[in-house]
Amino acid sequence: MKISDCDPLQGRRLQVLSPEGKADPELLPEFDDESLRRIFGQLLMGRLFDRHCMALQREGRLGTYAPVEGQEACQVGSVLALAKGDWVVPSFRETMAAICRGVPLETIFRYWMGSEEGSRIPRELRFLPVSIPVGSHTLHAAGMAMAIQYKGEADAVLCYFGDGATSEGDFHEALTFAGVRRAPVVFFCQNNGWAISVPRSKQCAAASLAAKGVGYGFPGIQIDGNDPFAAYLATRTALERARSGEGPTLIEAVTYRLGPHTTSDDPLRYRENAEVEKMRALEPLVRYRQFLKQRGLWSEAWENELAASHQARIEDAARRAESAPPPTPESVFDSMFAALPAHLARQRSELLDALKEG
Amino acid sequence: MAQMNMVEAINLALREEMERDPDVILLGEDVGKEGGVFRVTEGLQQRFGENRSIDTPLAESGIVGCAFGMALLGLKPVAEIQFMGFLYPAYDQIISHVGRIRNRTRGVYSAPMVIRMPYGGGIHAPEHHSESTEALLAHTPGIKVVIPSSPADARGLLKSAIRDPDPVLFLEPKRIYRAIKEEVPEGEVLVPLGKARRVREGGDLTLVAWGAMVREAQKAAEELAGQGIEAEIIDPRSISPLDEAAIVESVKKTGRCVVVHEAPRTCGLGAEISALLMEQALLYLKAPVERVSGFDTVMPLPKGEHFYLPDLRRILRGARKVLEF
Ligand SMILES: Cc1ncc(C[n+]2csc(CCOP(=O)(O)OP(=O)(O)O)c2C)c(N)n1
Repeated sequence: MKISDCDPLQGRRLQVLSPEGKADPELLPEFDDESLRRIFGQLLMGRLFDRHCMALQREGRLGTYAPVEGQEACQVGSVLALAKGDWVVPSFRETMAAICRGVPLETIFRYWMGSEEGSRIPRELRFLPVSIPVGSHTLHAAGMAMAIQYKGEADAVLCYFGDGATSEGDFHEALTFAGVRRAPVVFFCQNNGWAISVPRSKQCAAASLAAKGVGYGFPGIQIDGNDPFAAYLATRTALERARSGEGPTLIEAVTYRLGPHTTSDDPLRYRENAEVEKMRALEPLVRYRQFLKQRGLWSEAWENELAASHQARIEDAARRAESAPPPTPESVFDSMFAALPAHLARQRSELLDALKEG
Repeated sequence: MAQMNMVEAINLALREEMERDPDVILLGEDVGKEGGVFRVTEGLQQRFGENRSIDTPLAESGIVGCAFGMALLGLKPVAEIQFMGFLYPAYDQIISHVGRIRNRTRGVYSAPMVIRMPYGGGIHAPEHHSESTEALLAHTPGIKVVIPSSPADARGLLKSAIRDPDPVLFLEPKRIYRAIKEEVPEGEVLVPLGKARRVREGGDLTLVAWGAMVREAQKAAEELAGQGIEAEIIDPRSISPLDEAAIVESVKKTGRCVVVHEAPRTCGLGAEISALLMEQALLYLKAPVERVSGFDTVMPLPKGEHFYLPDLRRILRGARKVLEF
């Protein structure tokens, strides 16, 4: 496919799988049956992990959590297009992408359980930790891409963010830099319809977010974000462009946030339940299940078996995260600098003394 | 008078001021339909409409920069920054424009606006949601920085802030948003900016604390009272301008001072207050001024935040140090 075939200014949107699960034969990537099933396995893993986080949060065993439900296809599909050497720069809702990239489940749990250890992601995975301030990390992706370019390496950077992030000044500076430098970066916007209570229509008056790429001198493409194949194809094409020196691409994946913004949020205050119910029929697992069914690759028994083994893995990781030792008081100080400066050493011993006195 | 928590008291202040003055306009992320993520602006959009309680795009520099523009033309914008940790994109607007306009134009223009935001730790919030970088703001010329520690004060101070002819940053200690209820007056009861409150009277030492730390200081004072030591508590209520006279007067009486703040120590307000006492009360001091503060570290995530925040134990230690000097 070519990005230009789906010009957002012409109102075109890339879709491979119809909502009924029918694949466009011209666009369907060449995956063997095993790989097609594996994609379902990943979507399901994301769903189960997410639900487990929500459940643990309700039991007070996990802190505030930002659920992914409904957005799995964006993340599974795009990560599938990455090469090992590529970098991923996530925001705070890329739990699924993290799992697919191989970040240990236990590490992900530990972050949301409120421990710094949850950001200790091995460098080899090339997956940056969660970035909470909205939009600021898009610049890091641009800078990393500039570094790759400078060093003459073949890798590219994939950066995720939401529709709300496209309103922040940093987003515009990131696109400005990446565009001018033709940096090898793919900006992947998961437009899930809402930035907390603010609907997409109140976030920006433009008809499409994808079209914003054009304003910075590079292409944008709008895709069906509930279609893992569309996410895969668009990301693969954008990564190829990046690697061949053609510069950045902006992908706008139109998806839907089925759950709350975070566990502290109550969407009933600003969103009609009917809207959510309507979108449930279009969600990625339903659609992809249909697709597999039509090819004779799905059975209930298979899904149940898969779910049981995923669930066991998830529960085991959660248990390990919960039984990990709590942070020590020293840990507040010891990673601040390569060498502990005197004033921090003093503050550290002050705290230790106070704790000793009880 | 009704019993209210701080969220309700701030909501009341906003409602009263919006009723009083049609130029008062709210804007911020999620302030309208949702009523703010902490429900501080709840019901105000229903009451005053979408043009007076504006759900903005997700852009802090945009919110503060546009509020500044509105203020230049005579509106009284009350902007909400969702958490203090997300103020920084807007800090450029504050330091480069909001705080300078009156001085730069020799008074031709001014920016009568309020920027409200929840701040501080103690609620097990995610990363970037718990810091208190108040000193950064107190250090910025041309803005006032107000921090209430009780519902009634929150209402009275916010009303003054909205009526103030200059820009006011209003920091709301979210840890005590709902933890304290008290009688909150309605109507024209204002609390002036820049005037401290003596929270407790005592002659043995002075505890200076603001925001959520006032409550911690109160716990320490009670504990000390059990040992026969009477602590006076001064809550400055505005850290800029600081009510220097109230602090100096109290320390001249007690001779001992412990400043309690949850912000990092270096260049924090504790250092400022300590210097102030050196300048104005040196010969009354029976001990060096003690600072009980957060550390010069990143605020730990929820599992470690109890190490960081000043608590009863650390305040008592500080008090003992100045008493036994
Ligand atoms: C700079 C900044 N401002 C405000 C917030 C509070 N906040 C967290 S997520 C969010 C909405 C984000 O919306 P969007 O970018 O569309 O991503 P989504 O949450 O929908 O995935 C807001 C306002 C923040 N984290 N950072």
